[in-house]
This record gives sequence, structure tokens and C-alpha cells, in this order.
Amino acid sequence: MLKRTRQILAIISILMVTLLFLDFTGTVHAWFGWMAKIQFLPAVLALNAGVIIGLIVLTLIFGRIYCSVVCPLGIMQDGFAWLGKKAKKNRYSYSPAINILRYTLLAAMIAAIIAGIGSFVALLAPYSAYGRIVQSLLSPIWQWGNNLLAQWAEAHESYAFYSVDIWLKGGVTLIVALITIIVLAYLAWKNGRTYCNTVCPVGSVLGLLARVSWLRPVIDTSKCNSCGLCARNCKASCIDSKNHKIDYSRCVLCFDCIGKCHKGAISYTFRRQPSTSSDQSGEQEVDTSRRQFLGVTATIAATAAVKAQDKTVDGGLAAITDKKKPSRKTKIVPPGAESIKNLTSHCTACQLCVAVCPNGVLRPSTDIDSLMQPESSYERGYCRPECTKCSHVCPAGAIRPITKADKSSIQIGHAVWVKENCIPLTDGVECGNCARHCPAGAISMVASDPSAEGSVKIPVVNTERCIGCGACENLCPSRPFSAIYVEGHERHRII
Amino acid sequence: MKGNITRRDFLKRFGLGASLTGLALAGCDSAGNKLSGNQNSSMPAGDGKMTYRINPKTKDKVSILGYGCMRWPTKSGDSARDNEDEIDQETVNDLVDTAIAHGVNYFDTSPAYCKGRSEHATGIALSRHPRESYYIATKLSNFSPSTWSREASLAMYRNSLKELQTDYIDYMLLHGIGMGEDGMDTFNKRYIDNGVLDFLLKEREEGRIRNLGFSYHGDVKVFDYLLSQHDKYKWDFVQIQLNYVDWKHAKEVNERNTNAEYLYGELAKRGIPAVIMEPLLGGRLSNVPDHIVARLKQREPERSVASWAFRYAGTHPDVLTVLSGMTYKEHLMDNLASYSPLKPLDDEELAFLYETADLMMQYPTIPCNDCKYCMPCPYGIDIPTILLHYNKCINEGNVPASSQSENYREARRAFLVGYDRSVPKLRQANHCIGCGQCAPHCPQSIDIPGELHKIDGFVEKLKQGTLS
Repeated sequence: MLKRTRQILAIISILMVTLLFLDFTGTVHAWFGWMAKIQFLPAVLALNAGVIIGLIVLTLIFGRIYCSVVCPLGIMQDGFAWLGKKAKKNRYSYSPAINILRYTLLAAMIAAIIAGIGSFVALLAPYSAYGRIVQSLLSPIWQWGNNLLAQWAEAHESYAFYSVDIWLKGGVTLIVALITIIVLAYLAWKNGRTYCNTVCPVGSVLGLLARVSWLRPVIDTSKCNSCGLCARNCKASCIDSKNHKIDYSRCVLCFDCIGKCHKGAISYTFRRQPSTSSDQSGEQEVDTSRRQFLGVTATIAATAAVKAQDKTVDGGLAAITDKKKPSRKTKIVPPGAESIKNLTSHCTACQLCVAVCPNGVLRPSTDIDSLMQPESSYERGYCRPECTKCSHVCPAGAIRPITKADKSSIQIGHAVWVKENCIPLTDGVECGNCARHCPAGAISMVASDPSAEGSVKIPVVNTERCIGCGACENLCPSRPFSAIYVEGHERHRII
Repeated sequence: MKGNITRRDFLKRFGLGASLTGLALAGCDSAGNKLSGNQNSSMPAGDGKMTYRINPKTKDKVSILGYGCMRWPTKSGDSARDNEDEIDQETVNDLVDTAIAHGVNYFDTSPAYCKGRSEHATGIALSRHPRESYYIATKLSNFSPSTWSREASLAMYRNSLKELQTDYIDYMLLHGIGMGEDGMDTFNKRYIDNGVLDFLLKEREEGRIRNLGFSYHGDVKVFDYLLSQHDKYKWDFVQIQLNYVDWKHAKEVNERNTNAEYLYGELAKRGIPAVIMEPLLGGRLSNVPDHIVARLKQREPERSVASWAFRYAGTHPDVLTVLSGMTYKEHLMDNLASYSPLKPLDDEELAFLYETADLMMQYPTIPCNDCKYCMPCPYGIDIPTILLHYNKCINEGNVPASSQSENYREARRAFLVGYDRSVPKLRQANHCIGCGQCAPHCPQSIDIPGELHKIDGFVEKLKQGTLS
């Protein structure tokens, strides 16, 4: 009963979170957006007191059920573990907690959060790791399926589906996601919740709380015959059946043991006595085939890269060269991020914003200090005035919610003109496409030769009015490098 | 047997149908209509009698349908307006005969029409009928500065009399006042400084001109000026452009035009009869988007789209006659059907037509016929596909007029999704830089960059949700 409830809740929960990352239309978020906001680490980073207190109270009462029914990465591992159990029954065994590693990593994580080193946090955080996996690996398949439906719809004169561009948003992120899923799948298949109980900082924090939780599985020593069946089915490796003890800091409340016990000796009940968990040292499961994985992932990544670019030109039309990213002195982060520092220190690199960006603007960064965190660039589209999606999905307060009106006055950067590329000067034709599309009206066209009224017109930018949306850069006819591009601002300003 | 007509049956039925059609054509027998089942030769509805309007001064009984003689057919079949070919006099005669047989008695020509050949052809056709059975309208079309002298202008007038084989003109017009760079200045040079208007007034006194008026295009100042001088000149009629679009949207059709509501009102105020030109707005009120066709046909399934425009023009009580340049017999027959007799529009129908005009003017289709002369655009824009997508959406009713429109959400989706499907993103209108290299190649003289920027602006409004 308990197990069945846990399983149903877990399946619903992981489906909702997954859909959140897959949906590119923005409709799912209206329904399940809260699923991202109740994730522990994003809530901590967003200083979302309500959620944090809620989760602490939940854990103090029930133990680590968060890890079983809320955390998508935990549920995903249960999925792999379930496959492992199908292959071989009674495969687990008790192992003592590796507390040195756990708490060192937790301490490092806290230090990193305080220091604002986002990329380290991002690598270890469970929710964002899951987000990256879905966004990088599952989402292309989802979109490809959508595009098939769109083709079908087009053939039937229906507008129910529209096709979307599938492109490689970040090579490093893809590789990290691949490594994460392969390592986790391997660990979970072999040993269940190894990651959750030795690496995951959220698991460690909740574990500390769960030690004193009110409800907990308890072994009735009068009934127990020490057969060890419970320990061999514990994916958290936390049941010391010989001593009739359970390490509550690691138990994720899967309730498998309760069902397995022939004697009915285990029950989920109120605390009877203060738990006495002892620090013990043991072996750590180490992944040995990392190098091999790297080779495989690199190959897959390269294939994906080729696939993403295969949209070519049609016949009878002038060829269009793809735009290239200009080298910006300061990177651009989306409006709502407030500053590069704010983004870096709050972002868990879950890729939810990247997944919802409909304009091909956001992609994970490749810089080492902000690895996999979002940044903006305008080769594929620009930060359109009507869109504030990223700001509304962010669960970690890295991109804070803004309205369309807010957006129109947030200066995230400013446009810079590159004389050498400007079409009126190079081709001698009229243009003004930047000025025509500037939503802030920051660009005016002036005669290139001040003494000759009729000379071709070139753009001048009023940087005070420019909001850095990139319409000019994206719509500039100069290729591959635009004649006008945006320099980011470290701190966003309200104009 | 059923549905399997034998050859003899077919011939029999065909013969019957054909003879009935012939009968109908000759004798306005509306009973024939039903059996022949031929929409194009559909006969005047009702009692088949032409509606007439009375000229208040001369008491002329003028048919509400006036024959515009600027589009006589040529031997190659097109209208002589667009084509250098010889005018097909035989067909002209036939058209004139048919028109007169059905009660048309107002023929409007000009020395300028059909590249100068209209008066001649019209004269030949009309001279075959008794002079008192029709009214001739012609104009003093001294547009070219070379004809601004008194001598040249008078020669033009005398030549009209000769070509039309008559010694008097029923309706004489100063042609196209308001035209020219400076409408007032041009008017003075054409008719005042050289004394031509005084000459024409004198001709009227002496009876060689029975009615004197002017046709107006362009600068409204000249129109207002001439009406202010009504006491002096005593205009017998004025020719204006009037149709259900120009009533309120003239400026949107052409910067220089004036709303017909104003023009007609000014004339009616003074009791001056109006002769109507462009009742179909150069054909744009007969060749309309599908959704407009559906809208009009739904109300009157058996009447043509054009019939609405003719009924509209005729509904105004101070209209003397409505001119239509009919190149083909079908047009003539259709117009006869609309006016024999005229069934004036009631208030509800008028409101319906004004609403239709609003719909049409919101986003008129672009006259692109996909010839691709503009291509390739050096910046990679797929010009014809963009224009055709836009037209398609207009014709399918997927260009919402406002965000309050009933089908706004569906239309918006169809427009935007369809846009991405038909035109790759990088070839869409927002990438048009307006260099203008395409425009000179367009045989339809479409202002391509202008249209693309307009479409882009519309797309932006749809995307941003800022459509009013």
C-alpha cells in the first residue's frame, strides 16, 4: 500500500517535471510550473522560504520522501534500479555510510553557493542534472516527433502542430548530460541510490533532518529472524539487518523492505527511541569506465551536431550564409537576471529556461565559471518583446519574473555598430533594417556623409534607449557577422 | 437510363436551351432564364424595364446604366485601353445595339479614350440609331500642355462633334479637374486663362451643348472652388467617383482622392445631378477576396458580386447615371440585370456593404501573380511566396482586422504557422532591407519593399499581440 502510493506519486511527479522540460509551447508550465519551484536547491537559491520550510517540515515528519516522490533524478534512478532488480533479485547489501565524502561534498557545495560559483553547484544538484538530461537528450526526440506531426498536419491543412528548429544548444551540456545519465544509470542499476546517499548535497541535508524524523520504518526485533531479505532489497543500502538498525539518513522511504519481510517485522511508524547512528567507513563505489564513456559521448555529440545543422536553402533563391556569434566583451544574460553575478550565483543550470526559449536565444554557456548556465546570443533569433517565458519558469531566482512592460525598459546590453560590415557602405544600397525593427526606437538612420544630404544612410544608436534585445543584430543583412551587435552589461539597468 | 443521356436527348435539350437563351437575349423574357440555366446571360430580374432618372434641367430621361466607352473591345479580344490592336467595330456595334435595345441611352466617351479611338468607334455605332434615342457625353480632354491653347482646345471640341457625327453634345465635361501637380493652376491653364470655359458656356447658351459639367479627380480644392462658382457657371451635372469603398475609404485607396460621401453630399446640397464613374473601383469590387465573395453571395446567391456595387451607386437618388466600361457582353447583361429595374438598397443592406468595405480596406490583397520577375532577391527574401501567403490568408479570412475579431486566435495561428511553413524564417519579410532592387522588375508596379514592410509590421503585431 505504502509502496504503491509512493510509486504512483513518483510516476506522476516525474512525468510532470519531464513535460515541463519538453514543452516548448508554454502551456504545460501554466499547470505544472510549481513542480520546478518546489525543488529543494532552486528553492534555497531563490530564498523561497515557504518551500524550504515546507520541505524541512515534510522531512522532519516523514523522512526523505522528497527523494522518492519529488526529486526527478531520484525517481529516474529508481527506474534504472527497478530494471536492475528485474535482472537479478535480492541484489543489494548493507554498506556503511561514507560520511566523510558526503559531508565534504555538502560543505563544498555550501561554500560554492556562498561564493557564487554556479558551475560547481550545477554539476552536483539533482534537479538541474535531470533537467539537463531531458533538455539535451529527450527534448530533441520529442521535437522531432512534433515535427513529424507538424508535417502530417500540414498535409492535412491543419494548424494544430507547427514545426520547430532542432539545434544543438550546448555541446558541453550535452556531454555532461550524457555522462550524468550513463553514470547514474550504471550506479542505480548496480547499487540503487549510491548517488543520492554519497554525492547528492540535497540528499545529505535531508538525511541530516531525516535522522530525527517522526515517522520512520522500524524493525520489530521480536519478530525479526535476521534473514537479511530486507537488506538485500534495500536500494539505499541502509538496513543493517544483523543489528536490526536502519540508517535513516540514507533511507529514502521506498517501503520495499516492508513488503519483502515475511515476518511483518518492519513497519512505518512513530519514533520510539532516539536513533543512534554510528559513523562507519567503507568502500566507495567508483566508476571505472569514465574514459570509455567520454569516447562514446563525444561520438554521439558529434553526430547530433551534424544533424542539427541540416536545414539548407531551397533552389532558385540566393544562398544565405549562417550568422556567426560575434566575440562579445561581456556576455548577455536575459532580462530578469538582474546581473551576471545574480545569475551565476543562483542558477542551478537546470536548462528549463533554455528549453522554453522560443526564439533560439538562450543556450548553455561554455565558460568555465558559468558552465551550462544560460546566456543569450542572437544568431538564430532575438529576445522578442512579447516573450518573458524564461523569467517565469526559473525556479531558482536566477531569472526573476518580469512583465512585458518591465522588459521594455530593462537594458541588458547595448548595440554597437561595425562600420566595415554595414550594407549601405559595402553594397551602396538603402537598408535601415535595424532601425525599422528596433522595439525601443533607439536607432536612427543618418546620412553617412554629413555634408551630403542624399548620401546613403547608416544607423546611429542611442545607447541610452537601447535595451540590448538583439533585433538589430539578428535582422542585420550582413553575414556571417552582423554590422550591429549587442554588448552585454554586467548589471542590468532600468531605463 | 437516368443520368445517362443519349446523344439525341442531349442535342434536343441543348437546342431548346440555346433557343431559349437566344429568345431571352432578344426579348428580355425572364422565363427563359430558368430553363437555360445560364448565369452569364441571366436576364434582367423583375419586370425587365430599365430604371430611368430625370435630369432636372432638361427633363432628359436618362438610363441609370450609362455606357462608358473607354474600354471598347479590340479584335484580339482585350479592351482597347490596354492594347494597340484595332477596335472591333462589329462587336462595338453589337454591344451598342444590345444596350439601346435594353434601354441604355447614355454613352460616355472622350477624345482621350481608347488611345484616341473611342469617339470614332462610338460615333459609328451610335449613328446607326436615331439621334434623339440616346445622349452623348464627351469631354474636353486637353490634358497635355500642347493642347492648352485656345485653338488646340477648340479644335479638340470640334473634332469630337465630327467623330461623333453630330452637331450637338448632350453632356459636355471639363475632363479630370483637380489633376496635375498643382490642381488649381492646371485647371486655370486648361480652361480659364485660354477662355475655353467661357467658350463652352457660350456653346451651351446657343444649344450646341445641352448640359455642361465637369469630371473630378484629385485635388479637392478645385472641386470646392468650382462648386463655389456654381451661381456663375450653373453646372448641369458633375461626374464623380463613387462606390461603397470610396464612400469612406477613398484616401486609403489613393492618397489624392476624396471620400465620395463628401463629394456626393456637396452636389446633392446644391441639387446638381451626379454622374458616377468607377462604381467598381477599377474592377476591384468585382474581383474580391473569397471571403467577401462568400459574404455577398450568401445574401444574394443568384446575383453577381458586381451587382452589389451597381445597386449601391444607383441607390443614391441624385445620381443621374452610373457609368460602366463594358468590354464584354456578359458584363453588359449582368449590369442590365442589376438595373432593370434597380432595386435600391435598404438601410440594412447599405450598412452591410459599408461593413464589407471596412473588411476589404483593412487589408486589400496585393496584385502579385507570382511571375517571379523580382527574383532572386540579392538578400535572399522569397518575395512572391510571402506576398502569396498574405493574399491567401486574406482570401481565406485569416488576416484578422483586430484582436477583437471573432476568429482572431485561429486566424493568428493560421497566419503565423502558415507563414513559417511557406517561407523559411531567413527568407521572411523581416529580412527585407528595402534596397528596392526588386521593384523596377515588377510588371504590376507593386511597391514590393513597402508591401513587405507592411506584412512584416502585421506579423509583428500578431506576434506581439498589439493588433488593435
